[in-house]
Amino acid sequence: MSNTTIRNAAIATAVASALAAYAAPVAAQENEKCYGVSLAGENDCAAGPGTTCAGTSTVDYQGNAWTLVPAGTCMDIELPAQADGTPRMGSLKELERDLPA
Amino acid sequence: MTQGRFVEALLDPKQPVPPGILMPDGTPASRRFNVYRNNVIVSLIDALGDGFPVVRKLVGDAFFRAMARGFAVTNLPSTPLIFRYGDRFPTYIDNYPTSGMVPYLGDVARLEWAHREALHAADAQPCSMDRISDCRDNLLSSLRFEFLPSVRIVQSDFPVLTIWQVNSDSTPSSDRIRMEREDVLLGRPEMDVAMRRLRPGEYCFLEPLLAGETLGTAAERAAKIDGFDLVATLTGLFESRLIHDIRLDGDVK
Repeated sequence: MSNTTIRNAAIATAVASALAAYAAPVAAQENEKCYGVSLAGENDCAAGPGTTCAGTSTVDYQGNAWTLVPAGTCMDIELPAQADGTPRMGSLKELERDLPA
Repeated sequence: MTQGRFVEALLDPKQPVPPGILMPDGTPASRRFNVYRNNVIVSLIDALGDGFPVVRKLVGDAFFRAMARGFAVTNLPSTPLIFRYGDRFPTYIDNYPTSGMVPYLGDVARLEWAHREALHAADAQPCSMDRISDCRDNLLSSLRFEFLPSVRIVQSDFPVLTIWQVNSDSTPSSDRIRMEREDVLLGRPEMDVAMRRLRPGEYCFLEPLLAGETLGTAAERAAKIDGFDLVATLTGLFESRLIHDIRLDGDVK
């Protein structure tokens, strides 16, 4: 048997054992970006820690600031209505409402 | 006045104010230029402090700022994107005169930099491992893996991940840190960077794999390392969700 054949056999055995042993990872709690729901100064940041945009939103429910929420819950978050009575809802896309002056 | 001369004067307080930087009455604006000098350097030091929080915590603020100042005046940002600033900082720390007292400091900085790179790397989807189950046995050793753009490996003679974890506010621990080597795998399958300590030989396995070598080559290199466990390493790899694509030699891509 050539070296290559031995190597192939060893790798095939190992791969088979690994495939049998591994548990297909269940995606941990999926999150998604929800715009327009965070209180002033409590937004998350695309760039993450070490940068300066997290916590920089200046108005409550700022439309272009987002918070990570469990997937599927963004639109269900209860928010107070806007000053003119229009209901507020979270959104998976950036919003035009509640932008800092 | 050239930009080069302006920068020289900016970084060296002993130099005079560059010509043309004037007060309204036409005299050199030395005090105002000093304010500007200070703002430039302080902002770079602050950026390094934000980017290397564990290094800063390990040596304290005063030491860190002195070291960061030394780095900043000799290593200006090469891009206006300040989150890319500091790639040469770990090497600078290695060569810093007194950092021999904290021999692991450069490696901790390397881990923090890898973490930041993983965070800012392009998003990509992990692929399913079905492709491997479908592959014929005699072709398995020719498989090549394309990893997510966020994947990094860091090698250290020190327990660099444990030091990082104990000094990041998430999980403080009172356990004594064992002085043993720790290699680390980082990657970002979704929003958060995941870090995992590597098993013996796993670095030697992943390094060629990340460089585009075949599974067979990687397994052969790592087999030379004491304690390397191919099955455990493969299981960890399949579970990692850090593989973007799997290819056979000859696949056109």
